[in-house]
Amino acid sequence: MRGARRPPSGRSPRSKDLAKEKQGAFAVIRDRTWEERVQFARRWGITAAALGLVIFLVLLGRRHGFGVPEYLQFALDGLRGGSIYALVALGFVLVYRVMGVINFAQGAFVMLGPMLTAFFYEQGWPPVPGLRLALAALLAVGIVGALGMAVERLTLYPARRASPLTRIIITVGVYLALQGAALLLWGPYAKVLPSFTTMSLSDPTLRFGGVRVKAQSLWIAGTLIATVIALGLFFGHTTVGKAMRACAVNRLAARLMGIPVDTMSTLAFGMAAVLGAIAGIVLGPVTRATYDMGLELGLKGFVAAIMGGLVSFPGAVLGGLVLGVLENLWAGVTVAGFKDLFAFVVLILVLLLHPRGFAGAEAAVERV
Amino acid sequence: MGRTGFPSNVIGFAIGVPLILAIGMLEALRPMGLSLPALTGGLLTLDTMIRVGLFTIILVGLNLLMGYAGQVSLGQAAFYGMGAFFSAILTVRARTLSIPPALAETWWWPWVVMGMGALLVGMAAYGIGRPILRLRGHYLAMATLGLGIVVYILLRENMGLPHLNLTGGFDGIQGIPRLRLGGFLLWPAWRYYFLVWLFAFGAIALGLRVVHSRVGRALRAIHGSEIAAESVGVEVPHYKAMIFGLSAAMAALAGSLYAHFQTTVIPATFGFGPSLELVVMSAVGGMTSIWGAPFGALTILLVQEALRTQLHRVLPNAQGEFEAIAFGLILVLIMMFLPDGLTVGGLRWLQSRPRLHIRFARRSFKPG
Repeated sequence: MRGARRPPSGRSPRSKDLAKEKQGAFAVIRDRTWEERVQFARRWGITAAALGLVIFLVLLGRRHGFGVPEYLQFALDGLRGGSIYALVALGFVLVYRVMGVINFAQGAFVMLGPMLTAFFYEQGWPPVPGLRLALAALLAVGIVGALGMAVERLTLYPARRASPLTRIIITVGVYLALQGAALLLWGPYAKVLPSFTTMSLSDPTLRFGGVRVKAQSLWIAGTLIATVIALGLFFGHTTVGKAMRACAVNRLAARLMGIPVDTMSTLAFGMAAVLGAIAGIVLGPVTRATYDMGLELGLKGFVAAIMGGLVSFPGAVLGGLVLGVLENLWAGVTVAGFKDLFAFVVLILVLLLHPRGFAGAEAAVERV
Repeated sequence: MGRTGFPSNVIGFAIGVPLILAIGMLEALRPMGLSLPALTGGLLTLDTMIRVGLFTIILVGLNLLMGYAGQVSLGQAAFYGMGAFFSAILTVRARTLSIPPALAETWWWPWVVMGMGALLVGMAAYGIGRPILRLRGHYLAMATLGLGIVVYILLRENMGLPHLNLTGGFDGIQGIPRLRLGGFLLWPAWRYYFLVWLFAFGAIALGLRVVHSRVGRALRAIHGSEIAAESVGVEVPHYKAMIFGLSAAMAALAGSLYAHFQTTVIPATFGFGPSLELVVMSAVGGMTSIWGAPFGALTILLVQEALRTQLHRVLPNAQGEFEAIAFGLILVLIMMFLPDGLTVGGLRWLQSRPRLHIRFARRSFKPG
């Protein structure tokens, strides 16, 4: 969200802050208060820790005899997963900013996207596969979007005055119900989407020098870029987008300006569901779609959002990509079962060391 | 014990203890061919009642943490699993750990391990809790969630030490010995039932003792406002971590009891899903009430049991999917319409009927 300012409830501008802005990050240590020194140490400590982690991964990899091409390959494959995480994370950030809720049901929307697409694709009409897939995907995205809005209206809207914990648990319940519904409708079997390029199960592999890239990875990357541009245009240049930003900044003020904030919440929830569904659909040809795929993708998307500070759209995209690349490097150098460990260790570390994420967003200030 | 909760707690024990004793005696003696399943139409078995007891122990801790101190934990099953695997490893894998048989084969060794497990897990949780509980609201929920998943993956992947095969990977550990008291074997199931409920009532008594003490008042103050609590001299980080440690120790104790009851432990019992299940039970029973623990556990286990056994009569092809759907819907509905749970919400509803003249000396713990 370009140019969006934090709500005035965040913290008052103190002279210390102004002085810091003037000096920049490299200012002399001794001019600072203890609080700032701790912050300074923390910031550079985190940078050093991140660098150390990368070096550690590379050193681990040397034991396996990996060279530069292998690392490049890991990184590129990681970008693919990272793009998916980024798309999911955008949905988390959108809902959190507008509604102040962490939406656990996001994972269910990620799962429903490819499941519905595959379901409509299997119906066999229209006969042209490309058109059929496009129609199926459009229909699936539309349904998931409508479902998202319905979920918000039926569950979160009536409970809008409840505590955050209550609202989180409601979204958890929605996730469980939707996952159960998918299991009921389609059983535990995996559904397969065809590759977008060939409309068949085999996906062509492109070679650039020593690295291989699946064609579907390019679709995924393209989707992420297109989504980011579309979101940028939406928030920057449409009335609805600007109204939504206003809700994120200050709900009460937005309401006083005549913005229907509850409608904006519903819309944001629907948009997040659409983002999730898109992420699931473009991932569909790479991994099989199953009724329980939403949990992992949802949680990792959330980790990406946290890495980005939970309120920043660019932060979420960056968080997703960094998480994808690092996780894939990690998976390459350790045993397979430990792949998922990485994201959650990162989650805990990021939360403990630097809950504001890359974007340096505001820390919540509790008032008595 | 403070004045506020005294009469209702006496009533609780006066009803609860004889009821539990009666069920146990019924199953132990089986007079005139009567048994618990026969009387309840196959819905309630001794096995279910033992589970209710085990979950009661965990939920008392969880309610203290979530309902009274206001700190969310979405990873409580991790501590449950740590307790279970601690007991399982130290009894079954004693030789691998080169514990002398003279020690490992005595009747009191499993009891010592149980105590050690609860103590160590509680201390570890205190240690982890100090930094993690600085986080609030959403962030804390996510950090505990990450912690739960990390522990689950470590259990599943043999803690990264495949050559020792301590946790047994996916298949877990089999052949955990039954508990004995000297020469007295705590089996058949009704004997174990009495043991579990002894611990469960102990946990309830401990919970009530904590709630109606200085510590309990400190916890409620923290729930209301941390800054305000700190300003009147409550040592907030210590109390939060302490209650986190206490709830973890109780979960670990329940885990040890579970291991000796089931004689088999697998990591899947302690993953993310079970953590959510615990939160559901806590919410259904009523987080802000110690007596909510057995009610929450009983309600959810009965629903599960009913879905598992009775659903086939209505829908012959039904599998586990309805369980997930029902779970999700129950969770959403309870959170929307009865966020205080069945016990507290139910009592309040009774109180609101003026013609019943029911008065409970129960204060709301919600801030404001």
